[in-house]
Amino acid sequence: MGMTATLTEPQVLSKYKAAGAIEISPMHKPKGVEGYGFFATNLDKVVGLARKNSLWPLPFATSCCGIEFMATMASHYDLGRFGSERLSFSPRQADLLMVMGTIAKKMGPILRQVYEQMAEPKWVLSMGACASSGGIFDTYSVLQGIDRIIPVDVYVPGCPPRPEQVLDGIMRIQELVASESIRRRDSSEYKAMLAKYGLE
Amino acid sequence: MIPNMTELHTLVQKKLQSRFGNGLLSSEIQYDFPIFVLKKDILKDSLKFLKEDTELNFHFLTTMCGLHYPEITRPEITRPEITRPEITNSEIKGSMLGLMYQMHNLSKNWRIRLKYFMSIEDLKVPTVSDLFPTANWMERQEYDFFGFQFVGHPNLKRILNMDEMDYFPMRKEYPLEDAGRDDKNDTMFGR
Repeated sequence: MGMTATLTEPQVLSKYKAAGAIEISPMHKPKGVEGYGFFATNLDKVVGLARKNSLWPLPFATSCCGIEFMATMASHYDLGRFGSERLSFSPRQADLLMVMGTIAKKMGPILRQVYEQMAEPKWVLSMGACASSGGIFDTYSVLQGIDRIIPVDVYVPGCPPRPEQVLDGIMRIQELVASESIRRRDSSEYKAMLAKYGLE
Repeated sequence: MIPNMTELHTLVQKKLQSRFGNGLLSSEIQYDFPIFVLKKDILKDSLKFLKEDTELNFHFLTTMCGLHYPEITRPEITRPEITRPEITNSEIKGSMLGLMYQMHNLSKNWRIRLKYFMSIEDLKVPTVSDLFPTANWMERQEYDFFGFQFVGHPNLKRILNMDEMDYFPMRKEYPLEDAGRDDKNDTMFGR
């Protein structure tokens, strides 16, 4: 291979690590006990690992943020690298509700219904200024932030955010998913939070 | 023969005058359109006449919209730049609202605009949804945003805004912003 010697894979990795790169491998192993032919860890962490790398997003795209999301899904940014290439257009099979765009007040009850139809565990990502706060539409017809009707896990700022920011938002969701206790959804705190929104 | 703008204006003006007399309050050409201001009580008759007249045949209602002039509360204190015969001649009490209808004769490509003004205290106007089916949704929109009461409309309810809304948002006395928001206070702006 010309002038430079071919590096083995561990050599390449250590070279990048020395340059300050962070490992973002989806298969990043949780803490556990390892031996020949076995690996033991908490059930929470195994479930978290599985969920984290197979999120099915439901794109609720109502305006220009949806166009940025299309770019995020396409080959150049490729959300599939994070295990989310399978979009679910049915709320019943989706894990992650991605709200992308202006939500008019008239759309509010529909968004809420979609959220209610999703099965637990579910997460919500609010993309862009409009979904997060109403954005520039400080007006009578626009909902001033979707967190007035449904709980939100991650807000992605921008108008619209670039695909990199969307990927960052998804990775934040993945962190939440990976570290979530499997009993969280049964906790009284979680139920109280839902009750605050009038959900159950 | 397609007449030019002035010829079209004169033709329609003559026809309206001979049919409705002083029901035609004023007319003018603004930019590319002949505009006719008529009395509100002949709204339906005039639209029907313009549609059914064999020569004019304005059979297509392109669009319609509501107007609101909040500064015109009484005829005698109009702003000079918007003083027009239709305002001083009519008896407007309260602030003034209006309806604009834009009509098209597709075969001759004639287009005109009609305006009807009325007081905010009397927003009852006849529906034209029986003459032009397209007016059905347009009138619902004008009801939704301005509160015009289209008498005889088959289904006069809100079309674009949420059903729970209890005011008419395009009227100038209502603020643009969402009245319910509580996060837009001084602390958000470092004051």
